[in-house]
Amino acid sequence: MNGLRTTNGGRIDRTKPLSFSWDGRLYTGYVGDTLASALLANGIHLVGRSFKYHRPRGILAAGPEEPNGLVTVKRDAARVTPNLRVTQVELYDGLEAISQNRWPSLEKDYGRINDLLSRFFPAGFYYKTFMWPKSAWQRLYEPVIRRAAGLGEAPTLADPDRYAQRYAHCDVLVVGGGPAGIAAALAAAEAGARVILCDEQAEFGGSLLADPAVRIDGRTALDWVGQALAGLAANPRVRLLPRTTAFGYFPHNFLGLNERLSEHLAKPASGAARERLWQVRAHAVVLATGAIERPLVFPGNDRPGILLAGAARTYLNRYGVKVGNCAVLVTADDAAYQAALDLHAAGTRIAAIADLRAAADGALPAAARAAGLRVVTAASVLGTQGDLRVESIDLAQVGADGMARLHGRVACDVVLMSGGLNPSVHLFSQSRGKLNWSDAHKAFLPGTAAECGRSAGACRGVYGLAAALDDGYTAGAAAAPLPPAATPRELRRATVEVAPLSFDAFLGALPTAATPAKDKAFVDWQHDVTTRDLALATREGFRSIEHVKRYTTTGMATDQGKTSNLNALAIVADSLGVPIPQVGLTSFRMPYTPTSFGSFAGTSRGDLFDPRRKTPIHPWAAAQGAVFEPVSLWTRARYFPQRGEDMQAAVARECRAVRERCGIFDASTLGKIEVVGGGAAEFLNRLYINSWTYLSPGRSRYGILTREDGFVYDDGVVARTAPDRFHVTTTTGGAPRVLAMMEDYRQTEWTDLEVWLTSTTEQWAVIAVQGPEARRVLESLVEEVDLGAGALPHMAVARGLICGVPMLLFRVSFTGELGFEVNVPADYGLAVWEAIYAAGRPYGMTPYGTEAMHVLRAEKGYIIVGQDTDGTMTPDDAGLGWAIGKTKSDFVGKRSLQRASMNAPTRKQLVGLRTRDPKIVLEEGAQIVATPGQPPPMRLLGHVTSSYYSAVLGHSIALAVVSGGRARLGQTLHVPMPRGDIEVEVTAPVFYDPTGARINV
Amino acid sequence: MLVIVCPYCGKRPEIEFSYGGEAHLARPAHPSELDDQAWADFLYMRSNTKGLYAERWRHSHGCGRFFNALRDTTTDHFTATYKTGERQPVPATPTGAAPTVDA
Repeated sequence: MNGLRTTNGGRIDRTKPLSFSWDGRLYTGYVGDTLASALLANGIHLVGRSFKYHRPRGILAAGPEEPNGLVTVKRDAARVTPNLRVTQVELYDGLEAISQNRWPSLEKDYGRINDLLSRFFPAGFYYKTFMWPKSAWQRLYEPVIRRAAGLGEAPTLADPDRYAQRYAHCDVLVVGGGPAGIAAALAAAEAGARVILCDEQAEFGGSLLADPAVRIDGRTALDWVGQALAGLAANPRVRLLPRTTAFGYFPHNFLGLNERLSEHLAKPASGAARERLWQVRAHAVVLATGAIERPLVFPGNDRPGILLAGAARTYLNRYGVKVGNCAVLVTADDAAYQAALDLHAAGTRIAAIADLRAAADGALPAAARAAGLRVVTAASVLGTQGDLRVESIDLAQVGADGMARLHGRVACDVVLMSGGLNPSVHLFSQSRGKLNWSDAHKAFLPGTAAECGRSAGACRGVYGLAAALDDGYTAGAAAAPLPPAATPRELRRATVEVAPLSFDAFLGALPTAATPAKDKAFVDWQHDVTTRDLALATREGFRSIEHVKRYTTTGMATDQGKTSNLNALAIVADSLGVPIPQVGLTSFRMPYTPTSFGSFAGTSRGDLFDPRRKTPIHPWAAAQGAVFEPVSLWTRARYFPQRGEDMQAAVARECRAVRERCGIFDASTLGKIEVVGGGAAEFLNRLYINSWTYLSPGRSRYGILTREDGFVYDDGVVARTAPDRFHVTTTTGGAPRVLAMMEDYRQTEWTDLEVWLTSTTEQWAVIAVQGPEARRVLESLVEEVDLGAGALPHMAVARGLICGVPMLLFRVSFTGELGFEVNVPADYGLAVWEAIYAAGRPYGMTPYGTEAMHVLRAEKGYIIVGQDTDGTMTPDDAGLGWAIGKTKSDFVGKRSLQRASMNAPTRKQLVGLRTRDPKIVLEEGAQIVATPGQPPPMRLLGHVTSSYYSAVLGHSIALAVVSGGRARLGQTLHVPMPRGDIEVEVTAPVFYDPTGARINV
Repeated sequence: MLVIVCPYCGKRPEIEFSYGGEAHLARPAHPSELDDQAWADFLYMRSNTKGLYAERWRHSHGCGRFFNALRDTTTDHFTATYKTGERQPVPATPTGAAPTVDA
């Protein structure tokens, strides 16, 4: 033992030693330690290398605000978590921790060269350097810079852990379990409220955990905490959540909490959840989030061994660790003297106390002098020395002119610093509460809240234990909802025996010498932002704090500026010559501290990420060995491979079978909407581009829907089954949004029409029977419908029975062959399918999937909305201008279609493409140009929308949209690809049976 | 996750609703009489108010009805929800008290 661990005191259990490894070496700690306290107890301050300059860095703080100590903790190959703060890793036996951002080792890091070359890496250097030669950026500069910068390494294996999620409602959510929070919870619970009290630490108590001497109600503080918690835990209306961080505060009093369940365990139970996300809706919120100590900005303030004074006190009193043997305290506040006094009592030599103020006359400075400690006032710091550990500090005296002059170099192995306190207003700010600047606190304090609740204690500038307790009680009582008739019972408030303290604060950079120091003065440790960077930003003209923040990246690291924001703001204000409130403060964003993706995902991963919708025919297709593909949320059969066929062979066989004999296809996923009522026809007239008035019952028409902007939105066959009843079909993916659009107009625009809409997508199974043999197959099964060419012409619709089941039969074709679509109630879908297939086998009936369906329709030039259209095509662009009802005075989209630009001849129009080499299949999305070999940027004429190899035709086919395409028929264009240029000829967008003779049989 | 008061179903979480854009935008009765600029204004220009904004919501995963709401876009607090066709209510003058979840 090196004498840094005290023999008693603190929250650790010295009877339970733990073994852990740090960068491969084994060390000992105790139950109750964090990785930070255990490392410090072993004399280790150096824990990382800084982001940009790779400077050696040590532990700065004791809580979540720690900027330097980011490490990777490894449990097994899959459980590797980077960027954990050493201050928040609870020690367990066998813990394996590894430092980051250094090579080959923490002690000897080659990245240090960045520090020596730092004048080439100021803020925003990447806007000014590494630009020439252009080619070097992609191959050299960017990869090298990416490798050099950054914090830990992301894990490569999938997260194997389980994450739970819960919703909770309560009357009062208290965030923060320090004295103010515990008091608030006691008061709210006493008033009968349902209370949730959460704290990010493993133990409740907050600042009291580092304050063993203070007494509350005649007992030690921790006795009081223990008793209060026992009472709360026994109350069935109270939920205590330790190890739970409130990371986000959203509108309507909705908060996100992340509870760590097993990170602290040596052997978590297999299958148990690792974290739990709580989504809490609170009637009222009490924020008791405390305050974070402010570091000081002076040259050389980032060496290992330089830490916050309060953190040193926490390490001593809570963890039993002296952070060093010889300390210098630099402070602007009385409270920090307690750290020096406590360390002095524990045996650490206090070499000097440098007070930035002109005078230090409070009770604590007096106690320090009485203990024989040297106190220097009107002090400043000119620099520090030491490589991997601080060795000495240059203290200065500030003269009347404000300049600092060297007073003397003091040897030390730790420097403690304190600039006062920063109230933690992060959650308050997230909730859009208004922050007010307080000159007295030199900090922003919560002002008017935007949500129902209030802040209590140090987080609203109420410092000192007595005041914080009182504030907590008041806030908790106010937050509890009262039954109307009840009067609140006055909870007996605890009393504190501690001398009142005054609180001071310091902001910005310490006074400097006349000649500027060589060494860097850090403002944001985690992003390596110095005072020089902030000065550079204002010199270059950045005035808004939002711009300065982004240009210098101050406050943008994973700690979100917890220790840097206010100092940065003060330095910028000083540089601009404006008061701090005028510069403003950047917004705080969730999460308060980094939170696992897993807890947000919960169970929504893998198979449970999206629902998978299946048709009634799905089991049959699966039994046939179909290969499936996702289409929107549906799972559809893509092809039915036989005897080891690949997709190309299967699709070729399926297409040939449809055109030569017949095929059977599951079209159940298509959207279906029943439009019913006396106003149904008028409703469709106003909505679709087509005219519906003269569509007779028993007939159908290909309908196209545009939005008000005139662009094609969806399409589908619409059948009129009665004068006041239409069966509208939509694309598979478009069904929900078409119905939503219909409802919008029905409910909010055309309330004069008598019309109702019902989604029937899932109520009908749809079996497409396509091919020359289709009629013969169905004739044997269908009753009450004459399938003859005269009785049921193309686009006719009829009701009847199939296998005794009620049926709506469409004579319709998406393949270009004689075709029918059999609609039966979904529950009968599978049975009817099997009956049709059995009847069809003797005729060579073949099941085909979505891939063959795509090829067959492309051979005929039938578009698929969302593939051949992209939301910017008019009906005319797609060659569908003929469908517009010419006599209609208005329909949705008509006015937009009248704009000149919507009729320009250079618009991209649907055409077909034949490759010069018939075996080459174009890539969908490939760009089309007029002449090959143009230097980039080429002038683009359009792109390929659909492309297949047609086994039936013996060559490749493609649909494309090309500028002025219809005027280019016969022209040769080019498709430039990485492997070379492909020559294509522009054709009409139909490759098979242009006259439609095969359909009309 | 906002809490939205559907005029038909009562208080429901935001996830049950779809947003419907600015409210009280009547589709022009005779679009052919509008010039291109006026038509473009109807298609694309919206008030985007900082403060109280009249907007539409649809209770897609509930009753399926559209309704209107007055929401303060700076705080996300609703001052009113009202049925389609009803007049936009005049908001009460603010009292300065901290808002409650029921607002």
